[in-house]
Amino acid sequence: MSGLRAEPADLTRLAGHELAGLLASGEVSSVEATQAHLDRIAAVDGELHAFLHVNAGALDAARAIDERRAAGEQLHELAGAPIAIKDVLCTIGMPSTSGSRILEGWVPPYDATVVARVKAAGLVALGKTNMDEFAMGSSTEHSAYGPTRNPWDPERIPGGSGGGSAAAVAAFEAPFALGSDTGGSIRQPAAVTGTVGVKPTYGGVSRYGAIALASSLDQVGPVTRTVLDSALIHDVIGGHDPHDSTSLDREWPSFAAAAREGAASGSLQGVRVGIVKELDAEGTADDVQARFRETVDVLTAAGAEVVEVSCPSFAYSVAAYYLILPAEASSNLARFDSVRFGLRVEGPGQTVEDVMAATREAGFGAEVKRRIILGTYALSAGYYDAYYGSAQKVRTLIQRDFDAAFEQADLLISPAAPTTAFKLGEKLDDPLAMYVNDITTIPANLAGIPGMGLPMGLGDDGMPVGLQLLAPMFEDERLYRAGAAIEALLADRWGGILTTKAPALTEATR
Amino acid sequence: MKDRLMDFDEALERFEPVMGFEVHVELGTRTKMFSAAPNPAHPDFHDAEPNTLVDPLSLGLPGSLPVVNEQAVRYSIALGLALNCEIATSSRFARKNYFYPDTPKNYQISQYDEPIAFEGSVEVELADGRRVTIPIERAHMEEDAGKLTHVGGATGRIQGAEYSLVDYNRAGVPLVEIVTKPIFGGERSAPEIAKAYVATIRDIVLSLGISEARMERGNLRCDANVSLRPRGQEALGTRTETKNVNSMRSVERAVRYEIQRQAAILAAGGTIVQETRHWHEDTGTTSPGRPKSDADDYRYFPEPDLLPVAPSRELVEELRAQLPEQPVARRRRLKAEWGFADLEFQDVVNGDMLHLVEATVGAGAAPQAARKWWTGEIARVANERGVEASTLVEPAHVAELQRLIDEGTLTDRLARQALEGVMAGEGSPSEVAAARGLQVVTDESALVAAVDEALAAQPDVLQKIRDGKVQAAGAVIGAVMKAMRGQADAARVRAIVLDRAQA
Repeated sequence: MSGLRAEPADLTRLAGHELAGLLASGEVSSVEATQAHLDRIAAVDGELHAFLHVNAGALDAARAIDERRAAGEQLHELAGAPIAIKDVLCTIGMPSTSGSRILEGWVPPYDATVVARVKAAGLVALGKTNMDEFAMGSSTEHSAYGPTRNPWDPERIPGGSGGGSAAAVAAFEAPFALGSDTGGSIRQPAAVTGTVGVKPTYGGVSRYGAIALASSLDQVGPVTRTVLDSALIHDVIGGHDPHDSTSLDREWPSFAAAAREGAASGSLQGVRVGIVKELDAEGTADDVQARFRETVDVLTAAGAEVVEVSCPSFAYSVAAYYLILPAEASSNLARFDSVRFGLRVEGPGQTVEDVMAATREAGFGAEVKRRIILGTYALSAGYYDAYYGSAQKVRTLIQRDFDAAFEQADLLISPAAPTTAFKLGEKLDDPLAMYVNDITTIPANLAGIPGMGLPMGLGDDGMPVGLQLLAPMFEDERLYRAGAAIEALLADRWGGILTTKAPALTEATR
Repeated sequence: MKDRLMDFDEALERFEPVMGFEVHVELGTRTKMFSAAPNPAHPDFHDAEPNTLVDPLSLGLPGSLPVVNEQAVRYSIALGLALNCEIATSSRFARKNYFYPDTPKNYQISQYDEPIAFEGSVEVELADGRRVTIPIERAHMEEDAGKLTHVGGATGRIQGAEYSLVDYNRAGVPLVEIVTKPIFGGERSAPEIAKAYVATIRDIVLSLGISEARMERGNLRCDANVSLRPRGQEALGTRTETKNVNSMRSVERAVRYEIQRQAAILAAGGTIVQETRHWHEDTGTTSPGRPKSDADDYRYFPEPDLLPVAPSRELVEELRAQLPEQPVARRRRLKAEWGFADLEFQDVVNGDMLHLVEATVGAGAAPQAARKWWTGEIARVANERGVEASTLVEPAHVAELQRLIDEGTLTDRLARQALEGVMAGEGSPSEVAAARGLQVVTDESALVAAVDEALAAQPDVLQKIRDGKVQAAGAVIGAVMKAMRGQADAARVRAIVLDRAQA
C-alpha cells in the first residue's frame, strides 16, 4: 500500500480538471501530460489490459494542441488533456471492434459524434478501451481479446461492459474516459472501481457512431475520478446531433457549473432523497448495505430529507430488459455478415449464406450468440406479443413507477451494484447470476432517465462500493449538483477522493 | 420447362381472376431516404459509378444511424393524397429483418402496422372509355436495397452464377410501396386493367413530380399478384406474385400469362404453389422463384432509431391544395386541347404515349405532329425491337426533329434518317443531321443540272412528258433524288423536271 499520494510531478494522479488547469495556464504541455499517461499505460496495462489499442498518434495530437496554444489560440478548457475511448465508439484511424473478433482490425471511416466533439474540444485520444463483446456483460470477461483486471485487485473483475474505461481511469492511465451504458455498463464498473460514471438522459448524448447494442437503451456517457470531471466531459459530448434522430433538441444547462456549485455548498439542504425499497433488497451484500446506510446518514446530516419510495414494477425489470435488449441486438448485429467489412471466414460451402454463417459462427462469442438467439426468438411471429410486446408494457409500468417516485423525491438513491467486484471466472458459467447483478442499474435504461455511479467507501474486502443516484428525465443537472456535494462530504471523511486510496499496481508506479 | 396454357377465353369461362398489385415508386429526392448520400433516382446522379453514392448508412457500417428525409415524407404524403388515401396522424417505421447481401443492415427500414397513407382508391380508364376503381389498401415509405449482378452462369440469375457483385448506390433510395386491395370483377379486362392501373400510377407520380417513373430504370416496379377461383366459389384461390415486370406492356402480358397458366393447372386437377415468379420479357413467360408463404417471418418491430412521423394537419392540407389534376381528368383535358379524334387519342393512350406526346408538345411540337411521330415511326421501331418507345428517344428530340422539318432543313425522309441516328445514340437530331450530312439541297443550279442530266439519260421519258403524260416524270424524279442521295425536296425536283422538260 505504498505510492498512495500523488507526487506533485505525477501528472497522472491529478483529477482531470486539475490537469486541465495546468494545461490552460501553460504550466504543463499537452505533450507532457499525454506522455505521462502513455508511460503509465506502458507500465501497468500489461497487467490490467484496460486498453485494446493505444493511439500511436496521441503525441502528434498533443503537439498540435500545444502549438495552437502557443500561437495564442483560445482553446477549450479541457484542451490538451488525454481521454480514453471505449471501443464501442467509432474512431477514424483507430480500430473499433466493440470487443468482438468479428470486427478485429476494422478501422471506421468516420468518428462517432462524441469522439468528434472531444477532438474538437482539443482532448487527446489515448486509445480504445476493453469491453465485453458488443457491450454484453457485467465483467469485461466477455471481451474477445481477454479480460480487463480491476486495479484495486487484479484477481477481480472491473465491472462491465465498460470495464476497460473504468479500470483505465481508476488506474490513473487516463483522467477521462468515454463509456456507454445500456443496462449499467458505465455505472456498475464505476461502482466496483471506485470511479464516477454517468448515464445521461436517453437522447441527451448522440449515439451516432456508437456501435449499437440495444438502440432504445444505449447511451454514451463519461467515466472519471471526480463528479466535476464527468460534468466537464458531459458538457463537451452532450447536446443535439442531427445525425441521431433520438437525440434531444433542447438547451442543457452547464453540468460543470452545477457540479462546482454542489461541491462548494457541500449541502443537501431541502433535497428530497428517495430510497427505492425494491433496490434495497436481500441480494445486497452486508458490507454494501452498511456503506449505503452510512451514506444515507451523511446525506441526512447534510440536510437531505430521506424518504422511502416503492417501485413495484422493478421486479420485472430484469426480465423485460433481457427481452428488449436481445431483440434489438439480434437486429442490430445482423449487419456483421462478412459482406462489407470485418471478419470473413470461408466456410466449407460456396454460397454467401455459407460464408455469412461461418463468419458469424467464428466471429461471435458465446454470450453474443446466446442473446442473438434469445432476441430472434422473442421477435418471432407468434411470440412477439408474449415476449417483446409484454416487455414493452413492463417498460411503461417502470416509467410510471419512476414518475410516481419522483413525485415524492428529487433524487433516488440505491447501491450501484449489489456486491463489490467478484473474482474473475466466478460467474462466467452462470449467465443468470450475471444478469441479476444488473438489477439496480437496469430500470434507469428502461425508463430513459439519467443515473450516476460514484464511490461510497470500501467493502469488507477493501474493494470499492458504489452509490447510484437517479434523477428524472432531463434532470441530469441534479445528479451533478448532488453528486458533487456527496463527493465532497465523503471526501471530508476519507481525507480525499476514494481513488487516492487505491493500492499501487506495480513497482514501476512508485 | 414449358408451362401448359389454357386458351384465355376458356380460362375466363371457367375461372374468375382476382388481382392485387404492389407498386414500388422510387422518389427523386436529392438524397436518400435516411441519409445525406446522393440519390441515384435523382437526375443529377443517374450515371454514377457503382458504390460511389454511399455513406456509412448506405453500407450499414457499425454505428451509423438513419435520419428521415423530410422531402421524401412530403412526397409520400402527396402521393397518398393523390391516391385518395387517409394520411396517418402518426406513422411509424419498422424493421423488416432478413439476411440478403443487397440489404446492408440485413434489415430494411420499412413501415408495418402504421403506414403513412391508407384506405384510398384510384380511378383508371380503359381503352373503351370504361372506368374502373382500384381500391388502395396502403402506401408506405421504405428504403430500397442495393443491386446484385450475378456473374458467370448462363441466365444472369443467382442460380448457377460464379459470383455476384453488389452495388450499394441504390441502397437507401426512398421508396413508396403502394399496395392494392384484391381487385375483383376485372374478368376478361383483367390484363388491361393491370396495365391501366400501373400507367395511372405512373401518370400520378409524374404529375406530382416526385419521380421520373421510368420503369426500364426501375423507378417504378410492379409486382403482380394473380389468383383464380372457379366460377361460383367464394374462397379466393392460391396466388402467385410475379416480380420483375418492368414495362406497362409486360404487366398486361404477365397477368394474362398467369391466368392462362394457372387455369391449365387447376383444370387438370393440380394446385397452385404460393410463390414468387419471375417475368421474362424475352419469352413472355413466368418461371418459379422462391416459394413464399404468409409464414415468412420478418420479425418486424418498431425501428428504435427513429421517432414516429407525425405530419401536421396543416402540412397535409398544404399538400392537398397543391395536388395536380387526376389522370382521368387530365386525359379529357389533353384530348380536347389537342383536338384529337377518338381513335387518334386511343392510339396514343393504348401505346402508353400520353406523357410522351405531352412532353413533346411541351417542347414546342404541334400536337398532331407529335402524335404522328410517336404512334408512327417510333412505335414501329419500338415494336420491331420489342422495347418501350420511351427508351428510344427523348420527347425534346422529337420536337426538335419536327422543327427541322417545319423550317425546311429536313424532309420527312431525312428526318426519319436523323431519328434513326438519334435512336442509335448519335446525339440530338441537329447533331445527327450534321454528322451524317443530312440536309435538303437547296442549291437550285445543282438541282437543275441533275434534272437535265436525268432527262438526257432518259429521252423516252422526256418525250412522254412533252406529250403531256406528266406521271411519267416519276422515273426522272426518282433518278434525281437518287443522285442527290435523297437530300432534295421531291416537290421542288418535280417542278424543275416539268419546267425543264418543256424547255
